[in-house]
Amino acid sequence: MAMTYQVDDKGYYGEFGGAFIPEMLYPNVEELRTHYLDIIQEPSFQQEFHELLRDFVGRPTPLFEAKRLSEKYQTQIYLKREDLCHTGAHKVNNTIGQILVAKKLGKNKIVAETGAGQHGVATATVCALMGMECIVYMGAIDIQRQAPNVARMRMLGAQVVAAESGSKTLKDATNEAMRHWINNPVDTHYIIGSVVGPHPYPDMVARFQSVISEEIKAQLTEKVGRNYPDYVLACVGGGSNAAGAFYHYLNEPRTQLVAAEAAGQGVGTGHSAATTFLGKSGVLHGSKSLLMQTEDGQVIEPYSISAGLDYPGIGPMHAHLFKTGRAQFYDITDEEALVSALELSQLEGIIPALESAHALAVLPKLQAKPTEIVVINLSGRGDKDLATYQQRLNLV
Amino acid sequence: MNRISAVFESAKGPILNVYATAGFPKLGDTMTVLEALQEGGADIIEIGMPYSDPVADGETIQQSNQVSLDQGMTVAYLFEQLKDLRSKVQVPVLLMGYINPVLQFGVEKFCQKCQEVGVDGLILPDLPMAEYELEYQEIFERYGLFNIFLITPQTADERIRQIDSVSKGFIYMVSSASTTGAKTGISSEQEVYFERINRMNLKNPRLIGFGISDRESFLKASTSASGAIIGSAFVKLLAKSSHLREDIVAFVRGIKGLN
Repeated sequence: MAMTYQVDDKGYYGEFGGAFIPEMLYPNVEELRTHYLDIIQEPSFQQEFHELLRDFVGRPTPLFEAKRLSEKYQTQIYLKREDLCHTGAHKVNNTIGQILVAKKLGKNKIVAETGAGQHGVATATVCALMGMECIVYMGAIDIQRQAPNVARMRMLGAQVVAAESGSKTLKDATNEAMRHWINNPVDTHYIIGSVVGPHPYPDMVARFQSVISEEIKAQLTEKVGRNYPDYVLACVGGGSNAAGAFYHYLNEPRTQLVAAEAAGQGVGTGHSAATTFLGKSGVLHGSKSLLMQTEDGQVIEPYSISAGLDYPGIGPMHAHLFKTGRAQFYDITDEEALVSALELSQLEGIIPALESAHALAVLPKLQAKPTEIVVINLSGRGDKDLATYQQRLNLV
Repeated sequence: MNRISAVFESAKGPILNVYATAGFPKLGDTMTVLEALQEGGADIIEIGMPYSDPVADGETIQQSNQVSLDQGMTVAYLFEQLKDLRSKVQVPVLLMGYINPVLQFGVEKFCQKCQEVGVDGLILPDLPMAEYELEYQEIFERYGLFNIFLITPQTADERIRQIDSVSKGFIYMVSSASTTGAKTGISSEQEVYFERINRMNLKNPRLIGFGISDRESFLKASTSASGAIIGSAFVKLLAKSSHLREDIVAFVRGIKGLN
């Protein structure tokens, strides 16, 4: 049997995935599971989804030939400009898709979790667009760290609720969003921000983000005369931008998939978020995947300079890509990401998000040939990270 | 016979099942709490295995989980604390927790340990029926462990029947759409749900949990089921108790009306 990288009919990617949810969530998740494919394959849904991606998000995003960066690394580098999406990152591709699904399911309230606030902003944005009530859970510590995004969400009409439990960061915000859904099962849809959570979320989110690689194929054909690159690079926290950038190349053997994980201060330092290097198989937030945990099975709080990558797990699809060797994983430190962010800014005039800078930081390690084509998914822009850049790069 | 079945067969009044977080309020309190619960008259005891991310639980139980973990509780250490369980406690004992620590301990080794110390059943809210049947049922049964499933007001009749067919001991009837400790009391809407379930003539008895906090709600729930489960209200008592044994005995006797 040929290796498949797509979800199977039980909700698994190889040994990872499934739906490990309390019975209280079963009716909602089951409703979604039985309807999501029919809903998103409907022509009227597709039309509305693509119209919004074009007119509201600004798609297709450009595929930009980064000439000076290419010259430095002696290869052919193209940047997929997800940073130019409305709200500043790829996250909105998913929230547009999910809010349309929520409408079809007859829901009128939305709950979401957010770490750095990018997914929260993207959710608050589509809720405003569709006139739906929006509650976003955010770790109390992240609320302190990401004040501008909190203000954005509030300006868009969302209620931002501090998650005060556990470590008060992304994983706890996710717990609180799940608890909110348990307490409000009938009228509320939970918009998960990454390819994590119980089946069918990882597959559904990957499908919405797959517009990224769909566009890369068409744009590459136009620019270089073939629809596949030799490498696709993307950063992975939960892994939604990587899932989107990899999606249409999963079964393309000529394309090497490359994932950049946040090593934080370094894989061995105890201050890291590099799940494939440090994690073991386990269950968190509804699916079985690789998970950073103690010997006793308690979840470890990860660390990264990038708030969008400090998640203790990884989407089950990526765990499978790691396990099967289909994707190559690099661990990128805070320092390496900062150097790459500065480099892109000064060579190409683009300030990347710290998350995306992790993908860029693979370049010095990749050793791609001059004839090879490297696509880097530039998942977000760096405005939200200016305070960190200012401090860490001494921009005074 | 499994001790759980025996309790349901011989019960004269409503059955009281009390949840207590292991290693709480102090790490070494586990056995003291269990013995006091039995002394007060609890019919079944549910021991919470602390977890860092207990999504089905509200604030009270979450915090008790965190306190216990911070004090050093682990699955292995809990089994160590329970090694003399059956020389001291005769009532049925369930372990309640989340699947990940069980997976890391090793499912088979975990079940073996349960049997060794005399645990009668498990409640693992994030182990759904489909996964249970696929990989766990055979192992649990080999070690004589009952797996207790939850149903909620949103659970469809057809699924309730499936759950009834794989359940042993009893079905945990969640009183409302909520996490633990989020709501208190029982509304007329909930009574309609309880009656609907009663009319289904399920083979397993039911205990009602979530929102049961005192004698009044215990008795009310017990008119629609074989008994009820108290969790958060008891954990709150543990958190503020200064005379653990006396307070627990008085609390349980108060709920059961044994004054």
